[in-house]
Amino acid sequence: MRIGIPRGLFYYYYYPLWTKFFEMLGAEVVVSKKTNKQIVDSGVKCTVDDACLPVKVYHGHVVDLKDQVDFIFVPKIMSIYKNEYICPKFCGLPEMIKSSIKDLPPMIDTTIDFHKSKKKLLKTVYEIGKHITKDKEKINFAFEESLKQHKAYTEHMKNGILPIDIDGNKIFQYINPYKYKQKILLLGHPYNIYDDYLSMNIIEKLRKNNLHVMTQDTFDTKIINEKAATMDKKMFWSFGRKVLGAALYAMEQEDIQGIIYLSSFGCGIDSVIADIIERRTRRNSNKPFILLTLDEHTGEAGIDTRIEAFVDMIKWREKNENYISTHGQYVSTR
Amino acid sequence: MKITFPHMGNMYLPAKAMFDDLGVETVLPPKNSKKTLEIGTKYSPELICLPMKINLGNYIESIEKGADTIVVTGSCGPCRFGYFAEVEKEILKDLGHNVEFVVLEAPDGNIKELYNRISKIANTKNMMKIAKGLKGGIGVLKRIDKFEETVLKLRPYEKNKGEMDKVYKSLIKNLENSEGSQAMIKLINQAQKCIEEIPIEKNRDILKVGIVGEIYTIIENFANIDIGKKLNELGVEVHKSHTTSGWVLEHLFYNSIGSTREKDIRNAAKPYVKTMVGGHGRETIGNTILYAKDGYDGVIQVMPFTCMPEIVAMSLLPQVQNEYHIPIMTLIIDEMTGEAGYVTRLEAYIDLLRNRREKYKNEKMLSWR
Repeated sequence: MRIGIPRGLFYYYYYPLWTKFFEMLGAEVVVSKKTNKQIVDSGVKCTVDDACLPVKVYHGHVVDLKDQVDFIFVPKIMSIYKNEYICPKFCGLPEMIKSSIKDLPPMIDTTIDFHKSKKKLLKTVYEIGKHITKDKEKINFAFEESLKQHKAYTEHMKNGILPIDIDGNKIFQYINPYKYKQKILLLGHPYNIYDDYLSMNIIEKLRKNNLHVMTQDTFDTKIINEKAATMDKKMFWSFGRKVLGAALYAMEQEDIQGIIYLSSFGCGIDSVIADIIERRTRRNSNKPFILLTLDEHTGEAGIDTRIEAFVDMIKWREKNENYISTHGQYVSTR
Repeated sequence: MKITFPHMGNMYLPAKAMFDDLGVETVLPPKNSKKTLEIGTKYSPELICLPMKINLGNYIESIEKGADTIVVTGSCGPCRFGYFAEVEKEILKDLGHNVEFVVLEAPDGNIKELYNRISKIANTKNMMKIAKGLKGGIGVLKRIDKFEETVLKLRPYEKNKGEMDKVYKSLIKNLENSEGSQAMIKLINQAQKCIEEIPIEKNRDILKVGIVGEIYTIIENFANIDIGKKLNELGVEVHKSHTTSGWVLEHLFYNSIGSTREKDIRNAAKPYVKTMVGGHGRETIGNTILYAKDGYDGVIQVMPFTCMPEIVAMSLLPQVQNEYHIPIMTLIIDEMTGEAGYVTRLEAYIDLLRNRREKYKNEKMLSWR
């Protein structure tokens, strides 16, 4: 049996878990091609104009898979933590796909909803697994094994090894976080920053400039949660909480030189989070902040220019840190 | 303490009535205008939805009039509305305005905190007094919603054009000048009677259109460029799927006792959306289907640009349109929306509905597609 997993949205957080799980159950896992122009185009074609780029691209990945698999795995992820949600578009994803793409193979669209509690976790796992086997023991075992895989993966991220450095289960590029003195925080949804086509290789570009790239996933969960809890109101988007916590923490860290927020046009969550982060960064620190917005019309040259300017500023600041003007005036790089 | 709250349709009148009854001073934000929107747009994040931009405009205009406490209802996602207050706090702080936000919600299910907040703005800890004030406010709200519903239903039939508008206008003016819920209820009851007695021509060929979509843009006539009146003038009877009183009763009462009055809507939506998708996305689908079953000629979805739940609904509506054979149009609104383009689209859509009805009558057409 062939199970298709689209390489979009939460793929970058959960693929080791998902692939291992299905493989342990004896299924063959087919992941859609890496995002490319054709996938973006076919996705854009079958969605409404107002959907955001990642959702459009996800559609493209489903189109890429639909003729080569027996099942497509499109979970209806509503909530993964208590009292928190993912974006509304995730809640309606399987339905959106069903209504916009014709001739789909059957879908594994199990609802994943831990808004009230995680009690139903095992039930949810059985529901996903039952498409392949009825053997509960086997599903249990597969889930336990895949959790191990998932933990190892998140551990890598904490060590600064990002999804783009990992191919399948192999790390092909080991990044030494101590090699580069200057650190930069790159924030954004995993499906924007870890997709090297959509992000136009932003991580590579920053690394080439001898910057150590951190993301919200390289921070300790405990720190992130503590920082996010300082907001007056609980941040009810799981992703938003992560990013906000990471940003609030980074603002206080001397060795982090700047913050880049990579967003996609029309993202409702980013419109809120990026604004709060930008205001807080400017108010509470002297770190440069830049918001880069992507959509299907964004050209690489424009993004490059802005990244270069940002990197130049950071390098320039470093160089002139101890410079005291003869006019007695501080050279402001802001 | 000078309390203010954002505009949402006629909501400011019952809110004023309630605070009047409680003896709390209020500052009404100036009516929504181009200026309100301009101010809101200037200081809001670029891609936030229109409701927040207008709300922020309201607050800033109210603060200039002396308000120091802002009261809003809350929610906890996944729609952005639940985090409006937090963003607005940041913005107002950066602008140097020192105001307090009171968000009416129970944070993490903490009912005691909700009670604290309510007693704070009500300026009393006496639950009986608060309940009485609330009852008065809801009484006004329900009646004014019913009044508006009647106008949208009857206006296209009126014999002498403009009579209903006259009653409507003078009612709003009288309400603004009156104090307390009792006086307001009396005025609305009179106007309701008055409007039902206005001579109408029942045999006109009038179309029926239902409005679905995001609640703020449906209710706030400044945001939807008065879609109800525009459609009425094109000879269309209009029904809006959301009212403020419906929202208040659903969220403050029915949901808190674990019940809902929206079972029918949810069941209708089920084949298309299994679960909630935040905001009113599921209700948009459900209501569209109910309108189709009720024999409406068409359904218009109204939403702010980048509204997340409505984008989900919008992606599913073509399927509903095909399966229920009802033309659906989506109108997306933001601060760049121009009235002329908007009216053209409404006219074209109504033309389509009218042609369709004619053809049905002549049985020339088996399917409208």
